[in-house]
Amino acid sequence: MLQRFVNPRLLRSALPALSFAILLVAIFYTQPRTMSYFGLNLMLQYAVPIALATLAQMFVITVNDLDLSIGPFVGLVACIGATFLYETPLLGILMLLGCILLYAAMGALIHLRNLPSIVVTLGMSFVWLGIAVLVLPTPGGKAPEYLKALMSLQVPLVPFPIVAAIVIAVVVHVALMYSSYGVVLRGAGGNPRAVARAGWSLLKTKMIMFGLAGFFGVLSGLSLIGLTTSGDAHIADRYTLYSIAGAILGGAEFVGGRVSPVGAVLGALTLTLAGSFLIFLRVSPDWQIGAQGAILILVLALRALISRGEVR
Amino acid sequence: MTQPPREIVNLGNIAKAFGAVRALAGVDLAVAAGECVGLVGHNGAGKSTLMNVLAGTLAPDSGSIVIDGKDLGRRYDVRVAHQHGIRCVFQELSLCPNLTVAENARIFHKSLTGFGWKRRAAGLIAAKLDEIFPGHDIQPGDTVGDLSIGRRQMVEIARAFTVTDEPLGLVILDEPTSSLDAVTAGQLLGFVRRLVAGGTSVILISHMLGEVLGACSRIVVMKDGGVVAGRPAADFTRDSLVAAMGTVVEAHDAPAAASLTAQRQGSVMVKARVKIQPDDRAFVAHRGEIIGLAGLAGHGQTKMLLQIYAAATRRDLFAEVAAPIAIIAGDRQTDGIFPLWSIGENVTIRSLPRMVRHFLIDQTAARAMAAEWHRQMRIKTPDMDHNILSLSGGNQQKALFARALGSDAEIVLMDDPMRGVDVGTKLEVYERIRQEAGAGRTFLWYTTETDELAHCDHVYVFRNGIIVDDFPRAELTEARVLRASFHEAA
Amino acid sequence: MNVVAFLGGRAWIWSFIATALVWLATVAFTGGTGGGQILTAALSFAIFTVIVGIGQMFVITTGPGNVDLSIPATMALSGAVTTKLMDTQNEMIALGVVVALGIGIGVGLGNYLLIRLLRIPPIIATLSASFLVQSTAIAYGRGLRIKPPPLLADFTTAQVAGVPVLAACGIVFTVVMGVVLARTLYGRSVLAVGQNMRAAWLAGINVERTRLFTYVLSAMLAGLAGLLLSGFSGGSSLNMGEEYLLASIAVVVIGGTSVAGGRANVPGIWGAALFLYLLVTMLNTFGASAGLRLILTGLIIIAVITLAGGGEQQKR
Repeated sequence: MLQRFVNPRLLRSALPALSFAILLVAIFYTQPRTMSYFGLNLMLQYAVPIALATLAQMFVITVNDLDLSIGPFVGLVACIGATFLYETPLLGILMLLGCILLYAAMGALIHLRNLPSIVVTLGMSFVWLGIAVLVLPTPGGKAPEYLKALMSLQVPLVPFPIVAAIVIAVVVHVALMYSSYGVVLRGAGGNPRAVARAGWSLLKTKMIMFGLAGFFGVLSGLSLIGLTTSGDAHIADRYTLYSIAGAILGGAEFVGGRVSPVGAVLGALTLTLAGSFLIFLRVSPDWQIGAQGAILILVLALRALISRGEVR
Repeated sequence: MTQPPREIVNLGNIAKAFGAVRALAGVDLAVAAGECVGLVGHNGAGKSTLMNVLAGTLAPDSGSIVIDGKDLGRRYDVRVAHQHGIRCVFQELSLCPNLTVAENARIFHKSLTGFGWKRRAAGLIAAKLDEIFPGHDIQPGDTVGDLSIGRRQMVEIARAFTVTDEPLGLVILDEPTSSLDAVTAGQLLGFVRRLVAGGTSVILISHMLGEVLGACSRIVVMKDGGVVAGRPAADFTRDSLVAAMGTVVEAHDAPAAASLTAQRQGSVMVKARVKIQPDDRAFVAHRGEIIGLAGLAGHGQTKMLLQIYAAATRRDLFAEVAAPIAIIAGDRQTDGIFPLWSIGENVTIRSLPRMVRHFLIDQTAARAMAAEWHRQMRIKTPDMDHNILSLSGGNQQKALFARALGSDAEIVLMDDPMRGVDVGTKLEVYERIRQEAGAGRTFLWYTTETDELAHCDHVYVFRNGIIVDDFPRAELTEARVLRASFHEAA
Repeated sequence: MNVVAFLGGRAWIWSFIATALVWLATVAFTGGTGGGQILTAALSFAIFTVIVGIGQMFVITTGPGNVDLSIPATMALSGAVTTKLMDTQNEMIALGVVVALGIGIGVGLGNYLLIRLLRIPPIIATLSASFLVQSTAIAYGRGLRIKPPPLLADFTTAQVAGVPVLAACGIVFTVVMGVVLARTLYGRSVLAVGQNMRAAWLAGINVERTRLFTYVLSAMLAGLAGLLLSGFSGGSSLNMGEEYLLASIAVVVIGGTSVAGGRANVPGIWGAALFLYLLVTMLNTFGASAGLRLILTGLIIIAVITLAGGGEQQKR
């Protein structure tokens, strides 16, 4: 019945926004006090680093790969940010640039040797974590002042995390979905062979997408220490799962280059809100993870239901 | 070769080997401006390999590539080919399903950048679609993944003819009409004729000899990785073409109509109804019958076969199946073969359940079956343990026939299995099907080639997903099939 | 180059060669002492990776995208539930095994239903399911530290002439699974589905039943591994499965199984599991710091897959 009035394709692309809105309403209903500048600011604080990590994951998913190392990588960036970037800024910047290049090199390796990304990134997750432990053996360090200042920015009327999320989403969306080279990047996920036959270098697209993932991983790590003010090698271990879940909630599909940057950011926001919501509902900490799993399943079930309409 | 002034392409002594298999053994091919060259030959004759070399997607082991008088030799690749106006529409589609029609045009043209590129790309592809396929209903904003296979092929063809900053000199069309219906195929061939008259060159590869004879000015015949004949098209007839390809032409199949009775009899093996059928016409197959499913490509025939196939394992309100069933896929690569397995493993997979002893598969029995069908289907291989991909397309298809015919299935579904199969293989298989039907097997045969319907005892014609006509062989005429397939005459 | 091509085609040999090299390097460093003990320890620990690795191998072989991320959670739940159930009594072990397998069947069934009904990628389905399973394990096993039944502890740690009994059983089990893969209808179905799901369906294979069995098999092996591991390590803990997420995938790939599906390698699982254990032992022996150990582990995994993966590309 529903399909007769609503175009399933439209409904599906609206699903990330819809689930975000529903969750927001549910939170406002259970905790009306959150419906304020400071309430939203508090709840969505960590949405910025998670959204950036989710976008990083999305770039990799676009070219039909999966990045299981983004969490430890964000942790490494946080460690470098809280040590070298604070003490010797120039060296810190060079190290971060090196990290991005390593990410692009990882993409090149995956492409050139035709390797499964899951295994390569799994291996790299050890490497990132190892370097992070060497850089900062125990939690600590200090985040540069400008990062702290940026992340605690007070924007009039609309809380900073929301402004930041909108800016990030729009910039990436325009770059990937509307630019002429963005088409090639997405095409490389949809039908790599066809893109290669039209004379494009798949090595280049792969390196660019992994390089972008590295760049957004760096942004994620820096924004994270802007909030925590200190670093820890394990600070972002969960980000791997968050980023995958966020990208999926945001409507990304695992193969075929079908992704949506706006959706990914919304997915990350939804994920962040879900954590707060569970605390408001006084869900026992034992069941927190379980409840997150349940939310993920619920959203996916909705998507399956809509897709079923689409097939008909 | 005739009068044309300028030679666009001159391939000299091109050789290419894949491992031990020699795909091209020193081929020469020259194409002049304003010429339409037909390229015919069996599967595995080397046509597609040669075209990949010309398109720049495959580097030859040796030989010279002279384009517009310049020897480009080793530096030749797709980019260089495009710069010199050489483009190719590949046999398997090369569109990105996640992108729109316009965005796919952008992938093809490196110069479509900057502000407003999307509008320009949309205009470019829409204009070309209008020019080649007037009356098409494709929007530049449509996502390619949502289009039917025929429409995708139309987009791909139109895209190859769009022009931006790079010239358009020669377009290779590799089986361009395989997914097109008769009307759009006709539109395409008409466009090719106009284009060639305007000075552009085309190389047309097709198994539809009628198309080649009708559209091309010159025909080159390939066999076993080499060119065996090249003459003006007017010098060929259908039969002389087939003869040049190296097949013995049988007196153009006259299936013995002797045993034929107008009355259909025997026990009912399949009874199915189309879900959206407006009248009460049902699809029925009796034991030992060969039933044809006709109509334009993609009008519900495959869907009907899959529905019947699924009904064998799962209860279905619309279809009843009385015996074990097997299906022979038309699209070998996506629906048929298991690429990591040997020929033997590919043949036996459907019959393994009856070879299980104490939970284990009886290897001796499996080997015996592979050897038996190696002989029966005359699969061209020294050893059934070789990988299935070592076979040519036609022989891969024979292995799939062996899989179905060697199984316990009493009903065999055929989903246009002769697509892209050489004439020799076809004749062998037709004969085999007649024998099997005589022995009591039932065949449901979807085909896009009207010639093949002559082998069927009863024919159902599909249009827009429903059955619009059905008749016994005695009443079969090409005109009747066409009339039923096209709305206006019905 | 010929040697490389030869080895490339038999990717699993790499893992055994690498294992031998790592062992030799370790023994050379210690001046020849302790070589035997190291091997014994490697066998004792590797068996758990092998058990879950075989389950993971079947899952990965059913085609691209298929992977079971719920193995650690299933191990944790099985360990928590069975140690509490057996409550140190030997006579309850049989029931414990049944329950461990039962938990596996339940989780596997759940995973499959999510994949099938929601049509979501197995990675996400098993990940979401693992959240639920892990939560159940936490809620059930919080604060528990019950010793395993003595008989189970003895069995999992027993050795005959330096060979762990459990590892010997594991080798027999591996051979059986090798036969299952190559010679049974189910095994052939897994290989066929892994190459091309649609073609498998059209060739008369019951694709959905094959996938169901495979996910249940993987979860059952994870459940069993959870029980055995809690016996081996003197009780269950909630995070005892954690390292097996990466390890189970790593041994499948390093062992020469194709991640694209359709081609599996059973002996490679053993080579890879021993290699991973000995690698850490070697780095410990060399006195590497924790950070360096992690970096080298990661780099070596990548190096192995880079070398082994090259052969695969040649085939295409």
